[in-house]
Amino acid sequence: MAKLQYDKNGRLLFTKEMKDEYTILLPMMAPIHFHILQNVFTHYGYKTVLLDTKGPEIAQVGLKYVHNDTCYPALLVIGQLIQALQSGKYDTNKVALMITQSGGGCRASNYIHLLRKALVKAGFERVPVISLNLSGLESNPGFSLTIPMIRRLLAGLVYGDELMLLRNQIQPYELALGETQRLVEKWISTLSDQFASGKGFTAGEIDKNMNEIAQSFSEIKIKRIPKVKVGIVGEIYVKYAALGNNDLEAFLAHQGCEVNLPGIIGFMLFKVDNRIEDIKLYGGSSIKYNIATMLFNYITKLEASLIKAVAAHGFQAPSSYAHTKSLVDGVIGFGSKMGEGWLLTAEMLELTEAGYGNIVCTQPFGCLPNHINGKGMIRRIKAVDSRANIVAIDYDPGAPRVNQENRIKLMLAVARENLENDIKTGGESKTA
Amino acid sequence: MRIGLDIGSTTIKCVVLDDGNKIIYSSYERHYSQITQKIGEILSKVRLNVKGADKACVALSGSAGMGVAESCDLDFVQEVYATRVAVNTFIPGTDVVIELGGEDAKILFLSGGMEVRMNGTCAGGTGAFIDQMATLLGVDIEEFNALAQQYEKTYTIASRCGVFAKTDIQPLLNQGARKSDIAESIFAAVVNQTVSGLAQGREIEGSVVYLGGPLTFMAELRRQFDKVLGTKGTCPENSLYFVAMGAALCADNTIDFTGVINKVTKYTGSGNFAFNQPLFKDKKEYNDFVSRHSRANIKGKDISGYKGKAFIGIDAGSTTVKGVVISENKELLFSKYLSNSGNPVPIIKSFLEEVYKKCPKIDIAGSAVTGYGEEIVKNAFCIDYGIVETVAHFTAAKDFMPDVEFIIDIGGQDIKCFKIHNGAIDNIFLNEACSSGCGSFLQTFANALGYSIEDFANKGLFAKHPVDLGSRCTVFMNSSVKQAQKDGATIEDISAGLSLSVVKNALYKVIRTSSPDQLGRRIVVQGGTFLNNAVLRAFEMEMGTDVVRPVISGLMGAYGAALYAMSRGSDKKSSILDLKALSDFKHEIKVANCGMCQNNCRLTINTFADGRRFIAGNRCERPITKKAPATDKNIYEYKLQLLRGYMPKEGERGRLGLPMGLNMYEMLPFWYTLFTHLGFEVVTSGISDKKVYAKGNKTIPSDTICFPAKLVHGHVQKLIDAGIETIFYPCMSYNFDEGISENHYNCPVVAYYPEVIGANMSSVQKITLIKDYVGIHRRKDFPKKFTEILRKYFPDITSREVKQASDAAYKEYEAHLERIRKKGAEIIAKAEEEGCPIFVLSGRPYHVDPEINHGIDRMITGFGVAVVSEDSISSHVEKFPTTVLNQWTYHARLYAAARYIADKKNMNLVQLVSFGCGVDAITTDEVRDILEREGKIYTQIKIDEITNLGAVKIRIRSLLAALGE
Repeated sequence: MAKLQYDKNGRLLFTKEMKDEYTILLPMMAPIHFHILQNVFTHYGYKTVLLDTKGPEIAQVGLKYVHNDTCYPALLVIGQLIQALQSGKYDTNKVALMITQSGGGCRASNYIHLLRKALVKAGFERVPVISLNLSGLESNPGFSLTIPMIRRLLAGLVYGDELMLLRNQIQPYELALGETQRLVEKWISTLSDQFASGKGFTAGEIDKNMNEIAQSFSEIKIKRIPKVKVGIVGEIYVKYAALGNNDLEAFLAHQGCEVNLPGIIGFMLFKVDNRIEDIKLYGGSSIKYNIATMLFNYITKLEASLIKAVAAHGFQAPSSYAHTKSLVDGVIGFGSKMGEGWLLTAEMLELTEAGYGNIVCTQPFGCLPNHINGKGMIRRIKAVDSRANIVAIDYDPGAPRVNQENRIKLMLAVARENLENDIKTGGESKTA
Repeated sequence: MRIGLDIGSTTIKCVVLDDGNKIIYSSYERHYSQITQKIGEILSKVRLNVKGADKACVALSGSAGMGVAESCDLDFVQEVYATRVAVNTFIPGTDVVIELGGEDAKILFLSGGMEVRMNGTCAGGTGAFIDQMATLLGVDIEEFNALAQQYEKTYTIASRCGVFAKTDIQPLLNQGARKSDIAESIFAAVVNQTVSGLAQGREIEGSVVYLGGPLTFMAELRRQFDKVLGTKGTCPENSLYFVAMGAALCADNTIDFTGVINKVTKYTGSGNFAFNQPLFKDKKEYNDFVSRHSRANIKGKDISGYKGKAFIGIDAGSTTVKGVVISENKELLFSKYLSNSGNPVPIIKSFLEEVYKKCPKIDIAGSAVTGYGEEIVKNAFCIDYGIVETVAHFTAAKDFMPDVEFIIDIGGQDIKCFKIHNGAIDNIFLNEACSSGCGSFLQTFANALGYSIEDFANKGLFAKHPVDLGSRCTVFMNSSVKQAQKDGATIEDISAGLSLSVVKNALYKVIRTSSPDQLGRRIVVQGGTFLNNAVLRAFEMEMGTDVVRPVISGLMGAYGAALYAMSRGSDKKSSILDLKALSDFKHEIKVANCGMCQNNCRLTINTFADGRRFIAGNRCERPITKKAPATDKNIYEYKLQLLRGYMPKEGERGRLGLPMGLNMYEMLPFWYTLFTHLGFEVVTSGISDKKVYAKGNKTIPSDTICFPAKLVHGHVQKLIDAGIETIFYPCMSYNFDEGISENHYNCPVVAYYPEVIGANMSSVQKITLIKDYVGIHRRKDFPKKFTEILRKYFPDITSREVKQASDAAYKEYEAHLERIRKKGAEIIAKAEEEGCPIFVLSGRPYHVDPEINHGIDRMITGFGVAVVSEDSISSHVEKFPTTVLNQWTYHARLYAAARYIADKKNMNLVQLVSFGCGVDAITTDEVRDILEREGKIYTQIKIDEITNLGAVKIRIRSLLAALGE
């Protein structure tokens, strides 16, 4: 059995022996992406379990072990992990946890510390926690994020983005119910197989996969009818995780909408770009600048490959990061980088431009960066593009779903009216 | 013919329109949360009364109608949308609609860019809020409106939610403020909340229409809106029915009337709600429980004919007044538990008269009073001792369990808990304004559902599936209950669920425990709410342990006060008013403004028969002693003095304004020096006062952001009003690195608030707002980068000038910090010499703003305690490991200050936390850990716009009492 080792500050380490003996539990966020990414770890010899638990008990467990005023995503992620440890399904002497650590001035950088505090309270102080980050925070002898691994993770994200985008554009119009979802699952499994055997991440393979994916979706039989088009933006966890947003995508689908969620690759580019912007704004080392630029260029190529593939098959391609960024020039500064930063504002403008001006801006109750970039910018966004019809929704363990849905329905009522007017005036092409 | 139903949070409105859109039938009824049955009844009535109704088109609207509509296949129209349709049809030409409902507040802008706004999830100021306030004053809505007509003065009351407002109102009532003034103040608060929360920068002008129950029934509320908006709005005929009318207008499907009536009447919901274990397995378990608790009793004795010394204890609580008389042998001679409908004075008077009547020869050897009304009662009746609640409750609990380790008291409005360590009060938890769910909530809920509190609570005892309602605030809980009802929960399940949530709220929100072992096993519970067996049982279940609930649970505060009086000796006569003095008793109340400093506190001056006076409402002793507060032991006062010293100096480059908000409280010396050196006349917006907030509150886009951020809007507006044409307020992701943390960020709000100002205040469009991103943390790069920024606005500025100016700025900033550190050291030395305790009142630089800290610093020095700040001592500490990521400059100072005092005997830390501060969810736990590891007491004070200091005083006095023991 693996011995417990601690670093000089008393942090429990994930050792090489643990890599062989332990199972790593991963909390859920964006299901398509995370299912693919999990296989990157499998390929490198880690045993992982992606938690797909649901239900209100998760928030209750979170509330019990985390400061109740902490942001909702922390309550849920920590609640989900601790609930799994308490479930009896896993040998708690042979299990580790993994959590992302973003770094930056937002509270999110502290999730891992809150998780460790919670583990002590719940009596699991012998369970090691691995930080997944690109900032070189917290090293572990049994886990390292190598460059080849990063390349595979990024490839996984871009595949996830493509599948999510195509599903959202096709599913509301499919003739054979469930066909789109089956195709998504087929691709998750195909890509997972490729990843598990170390394939699918080179530029050539990506181009090929991307095209095949887009091709296969374009073969699904659909019937285009005018539907209200809704964009979802917000704090990254509540934006993507059904657990965090009370299954918002399903609710909107049920209301007869087509949904558009901007992808995760844009967020990755944003995070890398921040390092470049920091140096531009305040000065800094040219070596760091060059490294960040290299990484930035690499991810931009992945994004370009996605845009090219989906556009080639007649789908509405997302705009490039560069274009999205240009939309906020003069609206909010590029220095606003904590949390989703200016990207949140930019995504709302981009969605409006692309015909998805009916927007749900999701945030955990009391989310600090979103006071600025979300709620704080709505007025400005409407001044820039009057087509924007935005509703800001707060999520937390006490916010009743009824109230949230009622507010969304108000936004949808206005959206439907606009859609009808558009159809009447023949402006259908723009919004339908 | 078309039918519209508006199913609101408390009422159902129904309207039948003929083909010419004329109302031919309407009804307005409360539904007591029996929504589906009520819909069935209403539809049946319509069918009976309106010929041809069963061939009409039907649609539902309203916040509570959504679920029903979905499960019964009826058309649903979102209510704001419905209002809009109705107004456009019936009152064309309307520009703005203001609609208040039971739990919602809405503003619709119809002309010039249609926009609809609804209150967020955390916003009071609605009908339910006004109801709650009327209940608090003991009047109905009509009387409430009539009261407001006779107002003379208005007080500032927070209207974010009922709990907050109560914290403001209760002390006013207890100090004797007039009900009419309070009613008016409540209306003013509602209007402010609605306008600032919903208008968000957009002007409300043109033809304004008022809709909804509160605005229909309360003329004074409409008058208040007119006053604030500077307009004359109209409340149209049928103002209650606009949502229903809109729903009717949107209805375009006929329904199967009989089918739907059958369906809604039988509708029971999905039965799909989260629930907990039943409170009791069976009757036997319940009986055992009852007999176990009946053992915690005290002896009684008949008061009439009692000879010997007696002691009186009074607990003038927030919603109830309790009085006890005990004998020398601690026997209970007499007790009274009365509800407090505002002013405790007449209630105590009749209590004392009753005592004297029952036992004319009683020899009262001592008396003590505790609770919210302590000061006025003590003064009115010449009570011997006034003690803080925590001490009273501890004294009483010890009598039942000498080795008690933990006491929890849940009263009408507060939760008080404390740990006992080595026979002294160690750790105090009081509910924060937004985390209550106490007795009065259960009471309000019982009444809303049409039950008395006793019947309602008893219903929960044998509930099969107590609803899991979580542990959030009461406003949220209301909606959760509705959701549960919709899902098929019974009244029994809800009653039990509410009892459980009161307990969970106390444990996980107030005490923040995760296991009973942390609290100890020897627990005494008390307070009126624990008289409720369902709550008591829920507590034992949640804690997994048996606890002691004295039979006199509701009287413990008063009993403790009596015991305290007894402990102070029985060989003298109490100074309490005797029967004769009582018969001459008179009490007059006058309201006045202090006017001795810029706070201009609103004072209530109580005058009693013999000419004695008692002044309340003051934040400091100045109106009583007529002396300015001492500054020699108060660093907050000193820091303000330093900031005031940066006066404008004329310069050739003209005026440049700095808004005194958020980090400007720290950065002023830096920017002032830099721009003065560059030849600007640097003008600040000055230290905040009452008026500043009102200047800018209409442009705040996020109603849940912290109050310090909200204040910035007012400061910027003040500069613009003063004719300033250039305002400098930069974005700063990074702060200075003080070497005590891993990183040196500002929090997101401090870092980027200038962006919010730029995007939401239309008045800044007319001036130059410089809000560029600056990096003061890179001293070498700063001059070059800053020159680039400045030259965008002032092309003639040279890099040489900026270099020199920034050198001076860095120097002045350092010197400023050094002055604070030096003063801190002086205060500490002086306090040590004089042997007086020292509190580190810690927060952020902007917490020195008196509008933000509400004079808490002066209140503390008023108790003879010296006050220093976190930044005056944090530099004494080397960087040390923390269990959280230590990455914000200001917050790192908190950890360092906590660490610094850990081994200083006469120093304690009190942390000021602004409501809504997300970062403090992390720092408070860490600061607490650092202190408790060294056996120190941690005290946290949450502050917001609230101006009343009652709860804060309890905390500080309890802390002092704990330190004294």
